[in-house]
Amino acid sequence: MAMTSPDTAGFSPRRRFEGTRDIWRRLPITAKIGALMLLFWILTVLTVSFWPLADPLAMVGRRLQPPSTANWLGTDALGRDVFARTMYGAVWSIPIAVVVVACAVLIGSTLGALAGFFGGWSDSIIMRLVDVTVSFPPILLAMAVAAVLGPGLANASIAMVIVWWPIYARLMRAQVLEKRENEHVEAAVAGGAGSLRVLGVHILPLCWAPTLINATMDFGQVVLLAASLSFIGLGATPPSPEWGSMISEGATKFYSWWIAFGPGMAILSVVLATSFLGDGLRDVFDRRSA
Amino acid sequence: MLAYIVRRLIAIPFLLLGVASVSFVLSQMTKGDPLAALVPERMMSNPEIVNAVKAQWGLDQPLPVRYVTYIGNLLQGDLGTSFTTRRPVSTDIAERLPATLELVIAAMIIGTALGLTLGLLSARFRGSATDGISRIFALIGSSLPIFWSGLILLYIFSVRFSIVPGTGRLPPRVTPPPDVTGFYTIDALLAGDLSLFGQALAHLALPAFVLGWAVTGIITRIVRSSLIEGLSQDYARTARAKGAPERTVLIGHALPNAMIPLLTILGFTFAYLITGAVLTEAIFAWPGIGSYAVRAAASLDYPAIGGVTIVGSVAFLLANLLTDIAYAWANPRIKVH
Repeated sequence: MAMTSPDTAGFSPRRRFEGTRDIWRRLPITAKIGALMLLFWILTVLTVSFWPLADPLAMVGRRLQPPSTANWLGTDALGRDVFARTMYGAVWSIPIAVVVVACAVLIGSTLGALAGFFGGWSDSIIMRLVDVTVSFPPILLAMAVAAVLGPGLANASIAMVIVWWPIYARLMRAQVLEKRENEHVEAAVAGGAGSLRVLGVHILPLCWAPTLINATMDFGQVVLLAASLSFIGLGATPPSPEWGSMISEGATKFYSWWIAFGPGMAILSVVLATSFLGDGLRDVFDRRSA
Repeated sequence: MLAYIVRRLIAIPFLLLGVASVSFVLSQMTKGDPLAALVPERMMSNPEIVNAVKAQWGLDQPLPVRYVTYIGNLLQGDLGTSFTTRRPVSTDIAERLPATLELVIAAMIIGTALGLTLGLLSARFRGSATDGISRIFALIGSSLPIFWSGLILLYIFSVRFSIVPGTGRLPPRVTPPPDVTGFYTIDALLAGDLSLFGQALAHLALPAFVLGWAVTGIITRIVRSSLIEGLSQDYARTARAKGAPERTVLIGHALPNAMIPLLTILGFTFAYLITGAVLTEAIFAWPGIGSYAVRAAASLDYPAIGGVTIVGSVAFLLANLLTDIAYAWANPRIKVH
């Protein structure tokens, strides 16, 4: 459900984008805030080890201290600084989400493009596989796969890719089916281009926008599911400062609310950021295709 | 339309077979040893007993035979034996299902009521502070990790201010009402025990709100956008021209039309509810199949987690089917193919 603004939609000049700067100019303010928030977390991941923070794994003060000027978000049950752990938590959560989304996009888009382009048997097999996979409630499938493979972040990531690839297969297949009918594709075929060239050079470059928008939105959801799996003990294992397992430590120390506060806020900011940015991107691209 | 529904109905058994096959493959990959659940530990060193048990449970059979047996057992409602509780998984699930259903239904009621109210408010006062606050409240609900919002609300309302009781379905040492529906609130009413009903309701309130809040976001969003769209349609202009007040246009004309898009996201909402229920039950020590699945997954108890997954998939498929039927019925213009 795109949030188009009926007041301006009729007047928007239909011209081609000049590049990323043009897209940025057209993004609504919420999407810009979302993009900046994501940028903040990415920079955090890259630079956090140079920050003047306490060691996230070392005992720095008394146990279970409430927030103070020395420990902004208090200390946890082992006397570790919760603020430092929250910041270092990004180093776990963000790259995992990047890898999971990238793998899901790669596997799903490839299979979806093949299914849409070649049709026939490959289409039937791939799409039935998609149908069966989406018949599972996502978290239960992820839990079952993670339980079979055993706990750990790598296995949880595999489980999440299994949950997520079908979305991209469906998206890409629908795009390829639509774009395959374009006249320029017919011209390329008439000109003697081989099927892989037609698919790769003439069709796929037109198909990436919906995938990009979806991947942006899914990024936050992957962070959320990864944290959920860690929370129930199937993802990251202690003492790593992963957001979900930090909240799970907070759940056992009921009176010390601050242990869970930081990681919860961190997850919220990532999920909000990606849904703002995804919404904004969709509005921009929808208007172009309108 | 009938042809479409029939086609969807025919697809369901095949999808279920697919779900069961995936579950079988996973059960064969699991690192947990099924023998450990069947043979007492001190007899594991006795090859005669181990072989006898293997033969009895068909563990010595080749893979295709085991697959057929597995599917046959599923058809008879046999989901295997849990490694941890050592009881049939179907018995465990049947015992715990009513708790989950009570939680999910209560959450759905809260979520729909909140979502409709907020959606109506923000469409009526579009662009105002009310609109902004409603949308932020809804957005935060669907973006917060539910295990975190549950934890924080539990801390605020139970630990800090003692407005609601703690975790579980009833206070410790309180006998549940006689089992009729398995819903403690309804059973307590049926038994005519009002104080027990109050206790059950107080325990249900917070987890149901936490779970309901998580789906409020989607519902608010869809109600708001379809109401705003409806308010600019010809029928709304006609109603206004005939002198109907804005409130009547909104509730009498735009709202019924907003119900169709609401129906279409019910299946989607259901996926959120299942995810949320698993995590909410873990936080609130709610004795449903969600907390059962969490415990099973943490102890690598595949038959149990697989059983819950199959039951969850059946429910998920049925919810999606009902959504499709409701959608086709409510909106005959849609050509389904």
